[in-house]
Amino acid sequence: MNTKQIFSSLLFLLSILVLIPWFIATSGRWDLYYTLTSVALLAIASAGVWLTFYIGRINIGQGAFALLGGYITAILITKAHFSFWIALPLSGIGAALISVLIGLPILRLRGVYFAMITLVLTEVGRLSALALPITNGAKGISNIPLPGKVSLFGIPIIPDFATLENPRIGFYFLAVCLMILCFAVVFRLVHSRLGHLCRSMQQNEELTASIGVNIAYIRIIIYALCSFMGGIGGSIFAVMSQSIYPSSFQVADSINFMLNCFLGGLGYVFGPMLGTVVLYFGWDLLFQTGKYQMLIYSSLLILCMLILPNGLLSLRLPGRKNS
Amino acid sequence: MEQILVNGAYLGAQYALIALGLTLIFALMNVLNFAHGQMYVLGGFVTYTIYGQLGMPYALALLVTAVSLAVVGAVVERFLFRPVIRRSQRDESTMLLAAGLGFFLDAVILLLFGEKQRGVPKLIDGVFNWDFRVIMPHDRILIGCLAVGCIVLFILFMHFSKTGRALRALAQDRDAAQLMGVDVDRYSMTGFALGAMLAGIVGGLLVTITGVNLGMGGPTSTKAFMMVMIGGAGVIPGAIVGGVILGFMESILLSALASYGDVTYLLIFVSLMIFLAIRPNGLMGKPWG
Repeated sequence: MNTKQIFSSLLFLLSILVLIPWFIATSGRWDLYYTLTSVALLAIASAGVWLTFYIGRINIGQGAFALLGGYITAILITKAHFSFWIALPLSGIGAALISVLIGLPILRLRGVYFAMITLVLTEVGRLSALALPITNGAKGISNIPLPGKVSLFGIPIIPDFATLENPRIGFYFLAVCLMILCFAVVFRLVHSRLGHLCRSMQQNEELTASIGVNIAYIRIIIYALCSFMGGIGGSIFAVMSQSIYPSSFQVADSINFMLNCFLGGLGYVFGPMLGTVVLYFGWDLLFQTGKYQMLIYSSLLILCMLILPNGLLSLRLPGRKNS
Repeated sequence: MEQILVNGAYLGAQYALIALGLTLIFALMNVLNFAHGQMYVLGGFVTYTIYGQLGMPYALALLVTAVSLAVVGAVVERFLFRPVIRRSQRDESTMLLAAGLGFFLDAVILLLFGEKQRGVPKLIDGVFNWDFRVIMPHDRILIGCLAVGCIVLFILFMHFSKTGRALRALAQDRDAAQLMGVDVDRYSMTGFALGAMLAGIVGGLLVTITGVNLGMGGPTSTKAFMMVMIGGAGVIPGAIVGGVILGFMESILLSALASYGDVTYLLIFVSLMIFLAIRPNGLMGKPWG
């Protein structure tokens, strides 16, 4: 990392951890917390999708794992009375384990085949949630309690969310911190040896395999990591909205995760974050246009693709060297 | 049992026609057309307007539907997909465009036709009844036959016309086709128009039976993807086989599992995933599309 990168990441941390809460406190727009938390959670799940793009797979199945993570958390908290702080990593790990099982066969598929099978996987997730007895069918699971407090040697680290005067602040910091963590992990991974191997897989899998890289192993690792992020995102989403339904994450959400990555740019680690922010707020801002909302939104999307087919981050300021 | 088979054949003919358009576009341009379901809905609404609202003859309505959807497809290829394919670094970028196009068509349909379920008067009355073993309304038989007729016409067209030969060459090897003097740009546009037209025709056919509404687009796309996967992406006979298989599976499983609740689609999806794990290219697909 050079000084410029360190400076910009510090600026970024400062703005989301200090400036945004300060802005919200002064302007009184408390509803922004909910929106921003959702954006952070969706960005976490999109980062996972971006990772699978990085090994050259089009993943439209993240919705299934987000749903799975949400249901694992909901069931562990309401039925087994686990603490949220244990259920959260467990749902990520659960999603990752399931993804290894599913990934072993389906990761052999490539290109559109993988895209279509993951799309089907999202449908499978929704239909399983409807059909299985433990998920309570279409009624879903509601009244999930807020996260409790965590203390280490008697010193409270995280307060009970229910005692906070506004639990949304708690969720905001939780989601934002996890988002920073996830993107830091992805950034580190991309600039590691594994990242180089992923890039070579993206270009030519046979060639990569021929120089002695265990591509099956890398695919599984990346896919598990992707699903882990999906599970985490879904888990917090379930607790924040205190409910989960089979329709919480469906095909449209899976497609949106993919669109976030495309819009931000597939070649840039922070592409999914930017894409999520732009898509989510773009949709919200267009709400005033009423029935033309969808028309304008989709036209802008198409226009974006026509002008910047390689994502928003491929936009370079004039005079700056293209890298 | 006979009833189930007849239902399966009827569904299969419809499905095969939808999958044909999708697979054609995919074979020619390597584009996964997310907007295929929306094109189908648009076709349904055009037929509804001309046949149901204006009271024109059904044949004319179907013709206008085919032509208008072909125009939509050609415009979309010429002004959206072609520039993006030329300029983008990765093939997958077209998927964002296709998804955006799907949203766009949804919005256009919502503004033009509203969100209500629309139906048209029956084409012909009467029910075919064979000893209470096979009961089939006459209009369903007619639509089924029309669908099969369209499939046969399409296959003949692809095999024996100059355009069809050019399209097949393009699907096989783009560069080689260009070297042989095939105008790649023009035939890509023709192929896209043809694919969109097929989607529109199915919409026009089915509007007489199930009616049409805005929400049908997405699920139709998902089903079309499944059929294409069963048969193998980019292969024309594969799409027909896939459509027929899905049609029969749906009709058989729906009646066999009626007592277990709504698990038919779950079962179809799961068996599809197992099938693809064993045979990743579908029944007759090219390796890796």
